[in-house]
Amino acid sequence: MSSLQAAEEAPGSEPTGIGTGGFAPLAGPGARTAAGRVLGAVGYVARRPGLLLASLIVLVVLLWAIVPGVWTSYSPLATSISSTLKSPSGAHLFGTDQLGRDVFARTVYGTRLSLEAAFTAVLIGLVIGSVIGLFAGYNGGIVDTLLMRVIDVCLSVPTLLLAMAIVTAIGFGSVPLAIGVGIGMIGSVARVMRSEVLRVRESMFVDAERSMGAKTTYILFRHILPSAAGPVLVLAILDLSTAILALAALSFLGFGAPPPAPEWGSLIASGQAYLSAAWWMSTLPGLTIAIFAISINRIARELQEKRPA
Amino acid sequence: MRRAIFASGWFYVARRLVQALLVIWAAFTVTFIILYLVPGNPAEIIAGGASGAQPTPQQLAEIDAQYGLNKPVIVQYLVDLGHALQGNLGVSYQLKEPVSTLIGATFPSTCELAFFALAVAVAGGLLLGGAAVYLRPRWAQRTLDALPPLGASLPSFWVGLMLMEFFSFRIHIFPSAGQQGFISVVLPGIMLAVPVGAQIAQVFSKSLRSVYTEPFVEIATAKGASRLRVFFAHAVRNALLPVITVTGMAIANLFVYATIAETIYSRDGLGLTLTNAVQSKDIPVVQGIVLVVAAIYAVASLAVDLVYPLVDARIGTGRGARLRPTARAAADPLDPGKAVIV
Repeated sequence: MSSLQAAEEAPGSEPTGIGTGGFAPLAGPGARTAAGRVLGAVGYVARRPGLLLASLIVLVVLLWAIVPGVWTSYSPLATSISSTLKSPSGAHLFGTDQLGRDVFARTVYGTRLSLEAAFTAVLIGLVIGSVIGLFAGYNGGIVDTLLMRVIDVCLSVPTLLLAMAIVTAIGFGSVPLAIGVGIGMIGSVARVMRSEVLRVRESMFVDAERSMGAKTTYILFRHILPSAAGPVLVLAILDLSTAILALAALSFLGFGAPPPAPEWGSLIASGQAYLSAAWWMSTLPGLTIAIFAISINRIARELQEKRPA
Repeated sequence: MRRAIFASGWFYVARRLVQALLVIWAAFTVTFIILYLVPGNPAEIIAGGASGAQPTPQQLAEIDAQYGLNKPVIVQYLVDLGHALQGNLGVSYQLKEPVSTLIGATFPSTCELAFFALAVAVAGGLLLGGAAVYLRPRWAQRTLDALPPLGASLPSFWVGLMLMEFFSFRIHIFPSAGQQGFISVVLPGIMLAVPVGAQIAQVFSKSLRSVYTEPFVEIATAKGASRLRVFFAHAVRNALLPVITVTGMAIANLFVYATIAETIYSRDGLGLTLTNAVQSKDIPVVQGIVLVVAAIYAVASLAVDLVYPLVDARIGTGRGARLRPTARAAADPLDPGKAVIV
């Protein structure tokens, strides 16, 4: 563990953004232009089948959220008495539910609501956590100690429980859930941001800037923030999959958007009552969430390995 | 800090105890602040629980007086804190019973579930993580390395439903609901164990691999110790430390995620109490459960810190205590053993 920590806080290692650090050497001479960098990244991904598949899955799910109508001709809310509880077939890829609604259409249309909530949660955690981490790390001293103690306490209450407490206070629905999960994520973001700031703060170029009389805010936003952004963004991507799972769990428990709005978690919950009669109702949407979360994790781990140790 | 008395083991234990109490107090304060944001009048929630009728202003005023809701916030906080210190967690808005009674009634069932899940997770995680490093064929290593990230990404409520679908409805081995002794703990326990076990496996194999790069392993091999002996007597022993940390951190999480398991498998437990409390805005119950979970977290991390020196003699409780890898260092959010399960 101590070696892990040492690697985390190793002084003097060159801070590099993820984009340039990972892909530039592979891209060859064109690496300095934006197009070259994109080409390099595409080539890099194409050489790794697992990563390629993960990227494609994430892309498809993002498109579900943006243009759901392209992927299915069914409406997520249209009921049909004649085709209730039909098992998966060519006509109904994920089968139909007890009201004859197409489960695939509900999964596809549920993507937007679920992803919006997840992105909101991650954004809340990212912004507030980064500000706290930056502030604590740069100032040091008593401010740092106090803030980190508060963060420790927040981390000692599991995210799901914190989210439930917040939902109790501010009410149910997608947005309150997102706020609850987002607040639960502040702690880990703040901690990573702080350790990056501590690392960058002591580096030569920050010293140089300071000796030339640069203002603190200038140094923070021009130098420290970009340098620390890499690991924090990797964490944000990891948090995205965590947020999707946590939000699905909370909406499964019934704290999310009210029915009949399709949301991933409540979609699975509604299938629970029909588990023995219509296995597909819970299984296939759940499998979709699992595959999506696994894909995001795969991408996050790739970026993490590219992180300079 | 450097004087003899401060370097003694007992001082270390006392200091950690005080820290644990501070964590619990802080969790109490944080939830008090959060729950104080509740829009609407708590008195209406309390009155609404008794009857569907619209309460009169006079009734509301009576309830306010009875629950101390008419006092300033800071007074309410101090009164609540004082009561909590005496083990009195208030009275449920909905059920009109003391929160400590409600928690006490459901705690054993959740405890049983959480510790069964923990045992499965530790056994499975160690086996999987250990095999991933010990086995030599490259395909075996790759397969075993690929499993834990998968396990950690599965929505656990979905895993629970799938286990139920297969083991209860297809092959009828385990019951899908109820509390009929050990047999009904198995499925929810496995459901909770999957993400924790995946996390333990990841941390264990990573830490084993880093131990294998250390010189003492090479020396043991050079002195003629067999591969098996090097693995168990040298590598595993040293690689266990981070596993103990994640295991300790997972305990509190298991109590929270039991909420989902209890909902799916219709088990009467702490989690079901929590879900109902959140649904009916039963603030004292929510706060009481947060407090209990924070206490579990504090006790578990205290236990982890006290177990550390027993496993690794290099870690003292005295002068060297500051070198001790704390639970916090192990909880690096970017580590594969990210202390999050869903």
